[in-house]
Amino acid sequence: MTDQRVRYKTLFMVSLMVVSANLGDLMLKRGMVQIGAVEMSRSGLWRALLSTAHNGTIWLGILFLIGFTLCYMTAVSWADYSYVMPAGAFGYAVQTLLAVVILHEAVSGRRWFGVVLIVMGVLLVGQTHPVTTNQKAVSP
Amino acid sequence: MIRVVLMLIFFIFCSTSGEIVLTHGMKMVGEPQSFRPGTLLRFLGKALRNGWVWTALPLLAGSFYSLLVLLSWAPLSVVIPATAFNYVVGTLGAKYILNEQVSRKRWMGVAMVSVGVALVLING
Repeated sequence: MTDQRVRYKTLFMVSLMVVSANLGDLMLKRGMVQIGAVEMSRSGLWRALLSTAHNGTIWLGILFLIGFTLCYMTAVSWADYSYVMPAGAFGYAVQTLLAVVILHEAVSGRRWFGVVLIVMGVLLVGQTHPVTTNQKAVSP
Repeated sequence: MIRVVLMLIFFIFCSTSGEIVLTHGMKMVGEPQSFRPGTLLRFLGKALRNGWVWTALPLLAGSFYSLLVLLSWAPLSVVIPATAFNYVVGTLGAKYILNEQVSRKRWMGVAMVSVGVALVLING
């Protein structure tokens, strides 16, 4: 398999990882807002547990996070861990963009600088070879 | 203070070792030969029969719960650099345990991502 093909395949899987993780976090947050603040007592925690088990949005969030784990497992089955792991951090940049575009949140200059560093770092890692170990690659 | 430091070490150990063990297991499983649903299900079944994948699960659960404990014990300014530092420790593990060739360019990228994640989380 050509280096370029592995690169595209990994990019596709990392994109799915980022989308699944962000949607999962968003659904969990929305579900917990629907449930309301959790009381820190034995009965309060038990009620929260029952509420989360009966909340469809929470289950949707869990499904997305399972999707993220499966995409991660698939990506590292062929690509380097040190290639996939930093690329996954691209999600923080997407989160910031979503916060500005959808939620109209104000984002500090320091956070934007962090986003720029993440994007540049991911681009640098993306230029390296995705597979550097002596594994036998199997073409799809 | 000492319990925070010990929990930080435990968190970084669980998090990076869990991901390294999972990667090792998935390398043994091998990549799926296509993205058809049947092939992907067989791939998943093969992964679930791999001992290394199961070994990774308690380690990853340990990292999740130790992060929750850390967040209740220590300020974010202590916990967040540890989260970002995971990228560096993970890359060291990739180099010395998984024998991946980490070039200078990849190291620079990892360092930038690590600092970037710390900046985003501190302001998040």
